[in-house]
This record gives sequence, structure tokens and C-alpha cells, in this order.
Amino acid sequence: MTTPRSEHEPFAWRWLPFGAAALLLEATPATPLANRLVLALADQLAAAPPDGVSGAVPAISSLLVTFDPLQISLAQLRPLIERLLAELEPAPDRPARIVTIPVRYGGADGPDLETAAQLLGLSPHELVALHSGQIYRVMMLGFAPGFPYIGPLPTALRLPRRSTPRSAVAAGSVAIAAGLTGIYPARLPGGWHLIGRTDLTMFDPMADPPALLAAGDGVRFVAEANGVVP
Amino acid sequence: MSGILQVISAGVQTSVQDGGRELARRYGVPRGGAMDLLALVAANRLVGNPANAAALEISGGGAIFTLLRPTLLALTGADLGAELDGRPLRPWVAELVSAGTTLTMSARRGGWGARAYLALAGGIEVPCLLGARATYLAGGFGGLQGRALRAGDRLEVGTAPQRCWSLAGGQWPAHARPAYGATPTLRFIPGPYDQALEPDSLAVLRTATLRVGPTSNRIGYRLEGLPLRFTQPQSLPSFGVLPGAIQVPPDGNPILLMAEAQTVGGYPVVGVVITPDLPLAAQLLPGDSLRLAAIDQDEAHAAQHLWASWLTAEPELDDWSAQLALSGALP
Repeated sequence: MTTPRSEHEPFAWRWLPFGAAALLLEATPATPLANRLVLALADQLAAAPPDGVSGAVPAISSLLVTFDPLQISLAQLRPLIERLLAELEPAPDRPARIVTIPVRYGGADGPDLETAAQLLGLSPHELVALHSGQIYRVMMLGFAPGFPYIGPLPTALRLPRRSTPRSAVAAGSVAIAAGLTGIYPARLPGGWHLIGRTDLTMFDPMADPPALLAAGDGVRFVAEANGVVP
Repeated sequence: MSGILQVISAGVQTSVQDGGRELARRYGVPRGGAMDLLALVAANRLVGNPANAAALEISGGGAIFTLLRPTLLALTGADLGAELDGRPLRPWVAELVSAGTTLTMSARRGGWGARAYLALAGGIEVPCLLGARATYLAGGFGGLQGRALRAGDRLEVGTAPQRCWSLAGGQWPAHARPAYGATPTLRFIPGPYDQALEPDSLAVLRTATLRVGPTSNRIGYRLEGLPLRFTQPQSLPSFGVLPGAIQVPPDGNPILLMAEAQTVGGYPVVGVVITPDLPLAAQLLPGDSLRLAAIDQDEAHAAQHLWASWLTAEPELDDWSAQLALSGALP
């Protein structure tokens, strides 16, 4: 995972065939604006899929478009997506929906808070204040059902992943790594720094939609009074 | 207690699978579903079900089921030595069975095969979650209570298609099946990040023979025997991936993503196995070998045409059934 760049840095699209039935549209470098364009394009393709297009999975700076090669060719698909890109407004910088995530920071709920703060040259309080001090955006879902990649984090909170991943991370754990923050929707292996935990259900296959957060949503973390580091 | 199929033994692993959850991928949910989609479709169409209806994916030998009501069933995919009350069950054929019949799987035969698919007329009836009935084993939802079957489970079917009995004896044409066998050749299109590999590694990959590693499962296969080397350390932002993608982690041992692979990945994908060859991959067990063969988009397109014709093939009546049909003896 590369660190998200600044909003206004220029980027270029690359059109990468992904086997015979998918196309990877990738922005280099990965900028927040590219992410907002990718999300808008994914929404557009889901709302009005062109003939032969079967799905679109957005990521931080790319979109994987799957298609039926017997219905539409790569050569036909590319100009069609280029036209959409030219007409699209990127997903808004200020999201329409902002979801508040209550977090108990530190202690057993955030076992890496102290070490992460140390690595960043901050006090645990400063880390919590920075993490909960602003509105982020969900840049993609992935890794596991309903796992949101949220960001970009302020420069002061950018850390590489832990050198040794954990084989099990508790459901609801709030974590930071690689310039992003995420929430583990279930008990899963994980390599990010765990700074807190929420009781919200992030993913429920019986619900519609099944994921609490959608790509493009705004997210605000709020320190719960009963956290170790309020 | 109602039900049409009782599990006496689930064997190595048996789960309810269908065509998977393509549209749930945007929530981070793997497509999942049957590993061998051609065998799933063939089994369903033999008994008159919609092509992607829910059926049983039976991995390895040892499974034993009792059928509690008369039904029309079809078993496709790997030849696991299936028997109905001790008589060999013809694979890839729609069979009428009576109540109380026991279906047993012994072990794979002919030196290949991992997964057989059992379709019952009407399709396995379990709740539809996120657009599918498939069991997502790692996520613990879908299918029967989100888990593999175990002894004592009873399954029900949906409403059987009208006059499905007339399909008995229908056989899936041999020309509409993949080239199953030991050490199958999986054709792949190189890219999108194949240039991350050293030229030597890339050249070897194009025709490599590899072994399926011991920790392989429905999520993916670790492929052994050819550590690949990168030109430079790779750090990519995570991007969408699909079953069939060949990704290379830092240790250089490629991973072939299978049905239950996560929706995004960060390791360079150096090639993507074409959909028509994924059934061949689905029939591999840890320890089995496979060959890779790099092809171009034109060859892939021809293979996709053939694949589409397989999926829409019509079951053929065997001589005995055809004679009955001609004599007007079918009900």
C-alpha cells in the first residue's frame, strides 16, 4: 500500500487488461481525486451497466471492470469508459453522508496505541485527538466483507504496517497503517496497529446493504467516555 | 423431520454452492460459489434446474447421503467412484432414484479430480443471502448455517421443474466438458504486472509446471516449484482481483486465486487464467501438478466462445432413453 498523495497532484490513467474478461483502470500516482473519480465511475457502472459489463470493484486508485468478452471487447470498452470519465463529476470531497464511529481508544481495546504513538513521536492523547479530529472518507471496501479503508490520515499519523501481523484481531478493532485507518468487521488476521475498538456491527449479510459503510461515505471517529484514553 | 437428503457422512468437505455472489463483490464479499462452474451448470441443467441453482460441492471421498424421497439427480465433475445402493452411478447423467436410496462416494479414480457436484431437481433450498445460496466458508454465512455440511444434516429442495422426470437418462455431451485429467494445462493471459518479474522468471512462467501446495483451499492455491524473481521490490496500492488471477507475494511462490478469493489484493498479478480453464484448476488437490500456458487475447476469445457453447449445450438422450421416448413409453 502506498501512502495517499495530495489532492491536487496530477495523475494519469493506465488501461491494463486483466485476463480476457476484465479491465483494470489504474491511476498513477494514487491521489485522493483519482479515488473520488474511481468511486463515481463505479457508482455509474453499477447504476447503468453498459451491455456486457457485469461488475466494477473500486479500490484506492483503481477500478476493476468485469465484462463478458463475447458481448463487448476490450477495444469497445475503453472508449466507453473514457467517455463516462470525461462526463463524470468526482464523488464529492465533502461526503453527503457522514457516519459517526464511537471508539474506545487504548487499553485492551487498542493494544498498539502506546507503541504507535511512540513511533509517531506523539503522546497517546495527541494520537487520539488527531485520529478523531477530522472527517475522513471511505476510499474502498475489501480484504474482508465490509472492511473499510478510510483516509487519508494526516501526515502525522502515517506509519508502516506492523512488522509481524497478528493471526487474530478482535472484531470492531480500529487500526491505522500506511496512511489509512480501518475497522475489522470480524475476527480476522491483521497487520495494522490497533488503537481502539467500536461496538458497531460493520457487516451483516442479512442486512441491506450488508456493510455499514459504503465507499465514498464520510467517517468521523468519536472517543467514547469509557475508553482508556478519552 | 422433513427433507429430501440426509447427510450420513460429509466426507472430506461438502457444502452448498451455486453460481456465487458477483454483485456483492463491491461490499468486499468474495464471489464464492462453485469452484467448477461448468460441472455445476451441467448438473443443474441435466435435472432441469436454472443453470446456477444451488447444488452440493463434494470434495474428496467418503461422503454418504440417503435420499428420503424419490428424486431426479445428476452427479458431475470429478469421478469419486459414486455408487447408488452399491451400483455404480453413471456420472454426467440424470438419474431417477427412489426413496431410501443411499449415495456413496469412495475416492477419486483415474488419477485426477477433487470436486463432484450433486444437483437435485428443484435445487437445494437454503436462504438466499446477498443474491446467492452459496456457502461462504471463511465468512461463515450462506448455504446451511454458513458452514460445511456434517453428519445428521437434512436438506430440502425447491419446487422441482414441471415434467423434470422426462429428463431422466439425459447425458451431458462429452464435447461440452473441459479436458479433465492429471496435470491439466491452464491457459493464462500475462499481465497486468508481469513486467515486475525478471525476464528469466517471466519466460519460465509462460510454460511452467507447478505443484499445488499443501495449504491450498477454496480461497487459492499456493503453487510450488518455481520461485519467481522481481526486478524491484513491489509496493502497489490494493486493486480488485478475481478468481484465476496469479499473484506473486514477496517470497516469489505464485498463488492462484480461486472462487473464495478476497475481492482486492496488493501482490502483483502476473497473469490471469482464463475462465474456461478454471474448472480444470478446481479439480486439483494439494500435491497435484499443473502446467501453465501463456496465450494471447485472440486465443482466449476462441476459448470463451467454446466455453459459452459448453454452458448452453443440450443434454443428450442415451439410446435406451431415446428408444423409450420414440416408443411413447415415457409418462
